[in-house]
Amino acid sequence: MSKTVLTVDDSRTMRDMLKHSLLKAGFRVLQAEDGLDGLEVLKTEQPDVIVTDLNMPRLDGFGFIEAIRSHVDHKSMPVLILTTEVDSEKKIRAKAAGATGWIVKPFDPVKLVDAIRRVAA
Amino acid sequence: MSPTFAPDVKARELIAFRIGQQEFCINIMAVREIRGWTVATALPHAPDYLRGVINLRGAVLPIIDLALRLGLPSSDPTARNVIIVAQIKQQQIGLLVDAVSDILTLNDEHIQPTPDVASDLVKTFVRGLLPVEGRMISLLALDHVLPDHVLETA
Amino acid sequence: MDPMEEIRQTFFQECEEQLGELETGLLNMQAGNQSADTVNAVFRAVHSIKGGAGIFGLDELVKFAHTFETTLDSVRCGRMVATSGVMLILLRAADVLADLVHAARENTTLKPEQTKSLIEEFTKLNIEPTETSSPLANVSVTQTSLLVPLHPHNWKITFCPHPELYVKANEPALLLRDLRRLGEVEVVLDTSRLPELHQMDPDGAYLSWTILLQSECDEASVRDVFEFVEGDCDLNIMAMIVEADNPEEPPEFFDGFEFFVSNNVELPPALAASEKPEIIVKIDNLTTKPDPTATATIRVDLERVDRMIDLVGELVINEAMLSQRVLEAGIVRASGVAVALEELEHLTREIQDSVMAIRAQPVRSVFQRMPRLVREVAAQTGKQVRLLTEGESTEVDKTVIERIADPLTHMIRNAIDHGLETPEVRQASGKPVEGTVRLAALHRSGRIVVEVADDGAGINRNRVKAKAIENHLINADATLSDEEIDNLIFMPGFSTASTVTDISGRGVGMDVVRRSVQALGGRITISSRPGLGSTFTLSLPLTLAVLDGMVVNAAAHTLIVPLGAILETLQPRAQDVHPLDRQMSVLSLRGGYVPMLDVALALGYRSEAIDPTKSVALLVECEGGSQSVLLFDTIQGQRQVVIKSLEANYRAVPGIAAATVMGDGRVALILDVDSIVSTSRLELPRVEMMCAADTLMEAS
Repeated sequence: MSKTVLTVDDSRTMRDMLKHSLLKAGFRVLQAEDGLDGLEVLKTEQPDVIVTDLNMPRLDGFGFIEAIRSHVDHKSMPVLILTTEVDSEKKIRAKAAGATGWIVKPFDPVKLVDAIRRVAA
Repeated sequence: MSPTFAPDVKARELIAFRIGQQEFCINIMAVREIRGWTVATALPHAPDYLRGVINLRGAVLPIIDLALRLGLPSSDPTARNVIIVAQIKQQQIGLLVDAVSDILTLNDEHIQPTPDVASDLVKTFVRGLLPVEGRMISLLALDHVLPDHVLETA
Repeated sequence: MDPMEEIRQTFFQECEEQLGELETGLLNMQAGNQSADTVNAVFRAVHSIKGGAGIFGLDELVKFAHTFETTLDSVRCGRMVATSGVMLILLRAADVLADLVHAARENTTLKPEQTKSLIEEFTKLNIEPTETSSPLANVSVTQTSLLVPLHPHNWKITFCPHPELYVKANEPALLLRDLRRLGEVEVVLDTSRLPELHQMDPDGAYLSWTILLQSECDEASVRDVFEFVEGDCDLNIMAMIVEADNPEEPPEFFDGFEFFVSNNVELPPALAASEKPEIIVKIDNLTTKPDPTATATIRVDLERVDRMIDLVGELVINEAMLSQRVLEAGIVRASGVAVALEELEHLTREIQDSVMAIRAQPVRSVFQRMPRLVREVAAQTGKQVRLLTEGESTEVDKTVIERIADPLTHMIRNAIDHGLETPEVRQASGKPVEGTVRLAALHRSGRIVVEVADDGAGINRNRVKAKAIENHLINADATLSDEEIDNLIFMPGFSTASTVTDISGRGVGMDVVRRSVQALGGRITISSRPGLGSTFTLSLPLTLAVLDGMVVNAAAHTLIVPLGAILETLQPRAQDVHPLDRQMSVLSLRGGYVPMLDVALALGYRSEAIDPTKSVALLVECEGGSQSVLLFDTIQGQRQVVIKSLEANYRAVPGIAAATVMGDGRVALILDVDSIVSTSRLELPRVEMMCAADTLMEAS
């Protein structure tokens, strides 16, 4: 069975792009527009990996990861953040919040898939 | 895979219909539906074989009088006539014929070439001849049924 | 479509939305609302554009967005105060960002100076777009920098996870699996630190691994595998020199470990993070409380919506047919059938409205473009302008929105350029120095009304009239009401400004606005009060899927004439009809001559022209403002019709704009007035139309 990836990003372009790359790599893709939306998806779905943006309305990536880590069903779910090369401060903060790893934007589809394979069983 | 498979025989289903005393058929895959005749709204500056347009569940459907298109005598349609709604590429058209007569399943090998003696008009539309139970049915290609768009792209 | 191209289109579509958000947010900030939410939204808009631009390698856009974003971040973090000076720079930056987006969309680039001055301004604000790259905190990696050959064949890696590694859902087994991609691995599990079961902390980390990797890769590739867990583990990567003639032999350092795990055995998952129900803290309420104010949305292919609109249109027609049949059958009004039918009719209309509403969007997206325009035109004209907008959430069909942007742009330019006075003049006449342009949208009796009002000088009627006479638009002795004079500015070729300016341009006047509004089935009117200002009022249909039409008969055929084109209905009198030749006559109308055209003849429905005195005539206006009289047999009345394409299944027909389905289920054709008139070549030269202006006034 193909693995399921939940992508959380408020940018439709980024969501479409992730979806395109992930579907091509054989993943099943779920989408959410921000942290709250992502948590809503997690009520009914158990993705193998979550890929999330950090800067989002309503509930940002940091809050989203914290919510995941404090939830009994999701706490061991791998979460990759989307970040940029220069933003090491955000990486550290996201790590502190419980992020499993990161994907550097603009992402290279091959590296995206590599990163997901590195954290998904 | 085992080599015992029979060679690929193209079986096709055809729908046969009558225009006057003649029988024609077209590939059933192109047919969307068959419906009774309803009065068409004439279009200005249209060729004679274009009977006009009718309303097909909200879409405007041009009706081709196939008899006139094939250069055969035609009379004004009545409630007994039928319209075969066919798909040609992206467009749907209605073909006005006298009646649907048969549905045939045939292999390509049954199709015989159109004789050279046929007129140009026949050659434009007829792809081959099918002998079925003593009848002769002409296989039509629909590609050129609508008028060419050449001059119309203003 | 190529999926990448589709995503690219989504990107630009999203950019437009983000640019709108950006503008709204910045204007909010300028108005004094600098709450965290507002600043965040602004930041996010720029950030999103940057992110998407990165995907498509739009470097120029990325670079500018990055500098912009850095400045916004300073404001967000309180490092910089958004003074009015800063706000002006930010607003201009938003404009440049929009330009960059549009340039990228068109595959062109901006001139460097267009962005350069702003980047300099940013620098002047003491913002250095620094790219701080501090190392990760807490890195407890012992870097082994042995002097090794460039491409060693073996790596010895010791890997000892900390509990935090498991907390973050990292999985040593997967990292080891990842290492296998670099080369042959032999993995040794060290369980020496594993305590007795009763002493074990479920969140603890007790296992460590030693891995021998046979690979010609460099150290960075190895380190890369552990990238995510740096700081959450002890990691030691050491290059080993292997004897070239005996690479297979396991080196001696494997001695002494308790377990030997070969590389094709799946490693047990970490003991941590599993099986510990007793310490679960339920934080359910934290998880999902969606914002009640946010409405959930879905994206639907426009084609599907349009298909549904078609079907509902069909439903409406069927319902009408059914009603007619019931009526014909002589069923009494109060009967159960008639009552149920009425119910059905009501429901059908409701469904139709709801479906049409799917295509409806708030006019906000167009209104959002206007502040920038106002800033630009104000700067060009040296006027001070305040823009007020109202009714931004008024909804109208998507296509209508797309197509009113240009006319609105023109009207606003016009309001500032011609309507508002210069600050000096305003001051002299005791008005506030800053002029006001008000842009408002509202629904009124099934149409959308958009008003553009200015508090300028109003229309100078003497000048307008003089100009109209000079341009031969009206006769010198014509007596016109104030309203008629005001409406002269919609005449083709009319230009009010005595000095033609860059902004409104020569020849492209209000007549163009009027044409494009009419093309949408809309009307435009003006009201003006000297010294107090002018108000342009646009009235548009809520959707382009339906059309207000006049149902007429030409020979035995039913036709629809778009109401927007009709100026008035006439009954030609014999003494006004002047035949020019056998086929063609003109009608004398208020001192001018208007060509007459028998539509049935033009469409080939009959071969002899109808006697005009036995016909019904419609005075219509065509492109360019010329007028014609169209002759029909009878008029049935006005009706709203659903527009159906002829081209979908057939092709364009000269003289016919589209088709529709009537109550009896039959197709009726919608006349293309411009096309039928121009193809009939019956237009008279302009000179003879001088008095047509009078007619126009009376009709509006």
